[in-house]
Amino acid sequence: MNELLRRYGAPLSGLFVLLTAFWLLVLVILPYVYLFENSFRPYLPMVDVGGPKDVYSFDNYLTFFQSPIHIHVFFWTILYSSFVTVLCFCIAYPLAYYLSKVAKSSVVPSLFLLLMIPLWVSEILRSFAWFIILSFKGPLNYGLLGLGIISEPIRWLSGFRSIIVGLVYTYVLFMLFPLYNAIQSLDTNQIEAAQDLGAPWWRTHWRVILPHAKPGIASGAVMVFMLSAGSILVPTLLASTNSRWFTEIIQQWMFESQDWNTGSAYAFLLLLLCTVFVSVVMRIFRVRLSDIAK
Amino acid sequence: MSGGVELDAVSADFGSFRAVDKVTVSIKPGEFFSFLGPSGCGKTTILRMVSGFVTPSEGVIRIGGQDVRDIRPNKRPTVLIFQNLALFPLMPVWENIAFGLEVRGVAKPARRAKAEELLQLVDLPGAGDKAISQLSGGQKQRVAIARALAIEPEVMLLDEPLSALDLKLRQHMRAELRAIQKRTNVTFVYITHDQGEALAMSDRVAVMSHGRLQQVATPQEIYNRPANGFVASFVGENNVFTGQIESNSGSSAIFKTSSGSFRASLGPGVTAATPAKLYVRPEQTRLVDAPLPDANNIPVTVADVAFEGNFVNIQVRNGQDRDLVVEARNDGTMAVPPPGSKMNMTFKPEHAIVLADETSAAESRAA
Repeated sequence: MNELLRRYGAPLSGLFVLLTAFWLLVLVILPYVYLFENSFRPYLPMVDVGGPKDVYSFDNYLTFFQSPIHIHVFFWTILYSSFVTVLCFCIAYPLAYYLSKVAKSSVVPSLFLLLMIPLWVSEILRSFAWFIILSFKGPLNYGLLGLGIISEPIRWLSGFRSIIVGLVYTYVLFMLFPLYNAIQSLDTNQIEAAQDLGAPWWRTHWRVILPHAKPGIASGAVMVFMLSAGSILVPTLLASTNSRWFTEIIQQWMFESQDWNTGSAYAFLLLLLCTVFVSVVMRIFRVRLSDIAK
Repeated sequence: MSGGVELDAVSADFGSFRAVDKVTVSIKPGEFFSFLGPSGCGKTTILRMVSGFVTPSEGVIRIGGQDVRDIRPNKRPTVLIFQNLALFPLMPVWENIAFGLEVRGVAKPARRAKAEELLQLVDLPGAGDKAISQLSGGQKQRVAIARALAIEPEVMLLDEPLSALDLKLRQHMRAELRAIQKRTNVTFVYITHDQGEALAMSDRVAVMSHGRLQQVATPQEIYNRPANGFVASFVGENNVFTGQIESNSGSSAIFKTSSGSFRASLGPGVTAATPAKLYVRPEQTRLVDAPLPDANNIPVTVADVAFEGNFVNIQVRNGQDRDLVVEARNDGTMAVPPPGSKMNMTFKPEHAIVLADETSAAESRAA
């Protein structure tokens, strides 16, 4: 703080602090507080708001535990988000290893650029693109039929298949970057030492590279999992009638039922239960929070 | 079991840069062999080719008589000790040492027992459960050696493993390494830019420059009979005189310099036509009041005297402002000349040698 004052003087420093405080308070903290407060109040007609019926209770939260369908959807959301996380890891790990230890350093920036370009296109457009690719008479079925791999077109946009494809595509880079950083920081001599001592490639990965990359894996996994479980766009565009995502239920409460109170309660439940789930998984894999922050 | 290493006209190219140029050398089983040279001379590349991490662009490498061209690093009977040791920080000491055995499918109790045995050998008993981060520099060194010995290699390759240690520890580890090598009788191939290390530990030394071998010989020969100017100036100190050969007869010559003409012996392959310089070690020169007969004499002025304890380093200057060094043993009674004294620097013809500049590729191939 003193450093800031010394360097920019009181007026400019004050402005910085004010702007940051405004952003944090008005754009981040206040909306959360508003939703949190609302989640404990009943959904009432306008005339009753503030009246004798407007009392705090856990009713909105209990709604979730009393609706088996919602619990069911929540369960599948967690399960498929975990599956998406594992898939992202399986795709990102070899890529991260290749980028950090195998590829020539002169081509790495171009490869990163190629990976980044899809991010410049908005998420909606990318999801629509997959909608087209995966549709019944879309290019994927057309290609597979043409190559003779399948004899009947597959209904991709049914069940959770399309959601998984969409989520993996959208969030795989959130796994790639922490993994890349983690593997990058491993001394290449360690890999060579393991090989030199006779280790085949898989044991080198299992005993040397993976343990070193564990914090990166953890932070990537947490990010992909939380983003997947909280994603609304991909499920909305790519889900079918037999695959519902928990965020869609929150959206229904808020926009279709206009019941922001129950919607907020569901949103906080999602956050809370996901946090619990992540903590349990981290405990199982013996990852500490400080490892991720590294 | 130890195997020899043969390099047969081995070269390594990185793009257009030739890091190692047609090196031919034969390292005997059980030998302590050093590659000595300044950084960038290609010695580390040689080590990485022998261990299999770099593929030679031409030439053949044989380990224990077997061509290792198609053998991957993890299948070679060599083990490399990295400059930074590359211990696995997430494994305790004993797992580090037993890693090579784990890879070979040795059962855990046997691995543990072998690790303890090796910890005894490197003088670290009971350190098995420590974390790598708990060890001091010297201890890490020993763990790296134990880890390498665990797989019972035929050849141990060491890439300047002592360079990160402080002087005292370095000297101690020199003796230690040498003792371990004698005890295990494994072939040691040692890479260093430290001439003291190479001379003190090795059975034979290969001096390298610009990817080429300059001389392969015992430490005494390297020091006493350097093959060329590079070896003479890289190993130990020398007074160097430029000039040309005035006349030569067999193994001796008269060498004409700006400080006078000197009698000297001729180095290998030097003829009147080769560009050459004259080299005299400071400890082979003396300062005297009057010129000595049958010796080379240069009138000099004492410029600076550094008393080092067991010897005295005297900087002298002759007429042309040339700085020369005379090193005198301190016998306890010698009188140190004060700066400014006019004296004669003298050295015997057999201690002065005329050497060609460093070997070019063509010559090293012929050698």
